[in-house]
Amino acid sequence: MANTIRVDIVSAEQDVWSGEGTMVFAPAEMGEIGIAPQHAPLLTRLKPGEIRVQQESGEEQFFFISGGMLEVQGHVVTVLSDTALRADDLDEAAALEAQRRAEQALADRGGELELAKAKAELIQAAAQLRAIQKLRGRA
Amino acid sequence: MAGGKEIRTKIKSIQNTQKITKAMEMVAASKMRRAQERMHQARPYAQKIRNVIAHVSQANLEYKHSFTLERPAKRVGFIIVSSDRGLCGGLNINLFRDVVNALTEWQSQSAEIDVTTIGSKGFQFFNRVGANIVSEATRLGDTPHLDDLIGPVKVMLDAYTDNRIDRLYLVHNHFKSTMSQTPQLEQLLPIHAVEPDETLSHHWDYLYEPDAKDVVDGLMTRYIESLVYQGVVENIACEMAARMVAMKSASDNAGDLIDELQLVYNKARQASITQEISEIVGGAAAV
Repeated sequence: MANTIRVDIVSAEQDVWSGEGTMVFAPAEMGEIGIAPQHAPLLTRLKPGEIRVQQESGEEQFFFISGGMLEVQGHVVTVLSDTALRADDLDEAAALEAQRRAEQALADRGGELELAKAKAELIQAAAQLRAIQKLRGRA
Repeated sequence: MAGGKEIRTKIKSIQNTQKITKAMEMVAASKMRRAQERMHQARPYAQKIRNVIAHVSQANLEYKHSFTLERPAKRVGFIIVSSDRGLCGGLNINLFRDVVNALTEWQSQSAEIDVTTIGSKGFQFFNRVGANIVSEATRLGDTPHLDDLIGPVKVMLDAYTDNRIDRLYLVHNHFKSTMSQTPQLEQLLPIHAVEPDETLSHHWDYLYEPDAKDVVDGLMTRYIESLVYQGVVENIACEMAARMVAMKSASDNAGDLIDELQLVYNKARQASITQEISEIVGGAAAV
């Protein structure tokens, strides 16, 4: 009991995975972090990347997430995974889009919005690729 | 046999309508089951994020988020979830009636109102009544995604952060059962105090990365978004249930109509046969 930690990975649209692990690695915004049992309470944002959960049986679980939040509380790690690509300027773009639709104005505002989206997509694609390569390496 | 043919074509056309309503009923029934599944799948996330927020509110936080602060209400925001399509009984109208009641109540307290509509029925209605619509999302389809809601919700959240609105409400249909859906109005902002977790009584605080403000901001935004997403998914389950019931009663009504018309048709046919016989008999007697 003492040397495992409960891991719950959920997204807004579905329950992804939950189980016990001996060690959890997650792509926090300030760099990758490893969480062992008895970790101090922690709240952090996650970058797009992969989450690895090492299990007692020696198996390792991989999950790709496109960002989110992570909470460590006692013996529970909660990963609130985003279903969408998130970036401040992207959210801003979505908000503008919603307003624009409401105003029924159909003016084309491409430019910087497109760029922000492309950038976020690129980050996600790169992270996805890394996760796939790792999985291939193991197989 | 004057009315005979007309009645037959009428029966035919009602039968065609009945086929359509029956098909719609079955489609709605299967879509409802899937919508209910999505409703259940969305629950763990909302539950988990609520727990985290309960923890945060208990922690010795050096930073108080504006979403938790109570302000006098001078301007009120509403996020109204409705369906994109009609033919679902009184579902939308019942919801709008409740919303309009709430709106007039706020207006009587001389508060101004901003509206975000999700679903085209709501947009059409509140556009017609002249509400101030600040953002909208339509055509989300049967499988809505959180991505589609980020924009419209952010408009309201930004307005709250900038003190342009002082309250934010979410209105959607609550799925009680297949037969019963009720409009539900819940307050999103300011966030009500979440019941504290008894197991964490001592004084402590999280480690925050990168810092408390960024992390709590992200958390609050996601919390509100997940509530709105749940409302939308639940509303779709309601829409499908209401459509199923409406289409079932439409099919039943069509069946009743067909029975009645069939009776009229049979009588007309019998009358014309009787008339022909009496004419023949009359003719034979004359010879």
